[in-house]
Amino acid sequence: MAFLTDRKRATGWGSAKKGTEHFWSMKVTSVALLVLIPLFMFNFGSILGADYDTVLAHYSRPYPAILAALTLIVGFKHFNLGFQVLIEDYVHGAWEKILIIGMTCLSYGAAAVGVFALAKLAL
Amino acid sequence: MVQFTLPKNSRIRTGKTWPKPEGATNVRKFKIYRWNPDDGENPRVDTYFLDMDKCGPMILDALIKIKNEIDPTLTFRRSCREGICGSCAMNIDGRNTLACIFGLDEVKGDVTIYPLPHMPVIKDLIPDLTHFYAQHASIMPWLETKTNRPAKEWKQSIEDRKKLDGLYECVMCASCSTSCPSYWWNGDRYLGPAALLHAYRWIIDSRDEATGERLDELEDPFKLYRCHTIMNCAQTCPKGLNPALAIAEIKKMMVDRAY
Repeated sequence: MAFLTDRKRATGWGSAKKGTEHFWSMKVTSVALLVLIPLFMFNFGSILGADYDTVLAHYSRPYPAILAALTLIVGFKHFNLGFQVLIEDYVHGAWEKILIIGMTCLSYGAAAVGVFALAKLAL
Repeated sequence: MVQFTLPKNSRIRTGKTWPKPEGATNVRKFKIYRWNPDDGENPRVDTYFLDMDKCGPMILDALIKIKNEIDPTLTFRRSCREGICGSCAMNIDGRNTLACIFGLDEVKGDVTIYPLPHMPVIKDLIPDLTHFYAQHASIMPWLETKTNRPAKEWKQSIEDRKKLDGLYECVMCASCSTSCPSYWWNGDRYLGPAALLHAYRWIIDSRDEATGERLDELEDPFKLYRCHTIMNCAQTCPKGLNPALAIAEIKKMMVDRAY
């Protein structure tokens, strides 16, 4: 129980003067994924179930490899941004920070693993 | 951490069932949330029956009839009875709206009435709107100018005045903010649709000279960006306004300013 005025409770610590960059990045990655995901789906779908040599040959070409890499990077960046919002919505205090750090490591880690696997196939 | 279940002392129990009106043929059942801070009991839902042949057409008419003729302890806010004061906002048949302009014929079957969701309750159907009003005050809902006051008046063109239509009509009933899940979870920091609609009303006022400061104050992950375009606010507004659109316009201005 603290004796705070209603106005002080409403104002809190004031504005963080940030948030627009996060919002805009989510929109930019959304638009990018709108293009990337269908292209990736069709491209990936064409070799789904193919043997190892065919897949290797497919991802040795620049278009499929770059497309897959971009989808992974932009996709996990979008996942990172979106999941942060989700955590901020429902978890507060120290756990909020811990989960954001963990989720950021997970998203960049997953993107790195994907790109590394792709590089192994492509190069 | 967000709380998904009600604490033990907030769980709603079945309350008293009041007798049906004698000799009535057109009877309707009303299930109304009751809570009295003085008796230490849990909230309950009381059941009332009204003779519809002797009742006015609106939900507020029914509530006043119950209070006058059946149970004088039933507590609710009301004033203008024509949708302009915003006092009688409550959750009727699962929708936040004004009891005075919501017709009994708009509800099918039994009528369930609860206070506005996720707000502290003062008594029965009366929510505590202290924080909601303080948030409204925090967006400086008045004309801010730096230029010396003109001799006669601050002029505004007809086109610029038209931009305020769909915004100035808000009666601050809190139906929108209390229908917003983001406001339920983060209402302590998120300003909510009503305060943001008012903020936008002053941001786009051609006479106001504090546009930048207003945007600065709103640029915050919680104050503004907790809006996830859920649109409950626009769906529930009893005045037919669209707070979600106003919030989207603020976000667009933020982006235009930064990029």
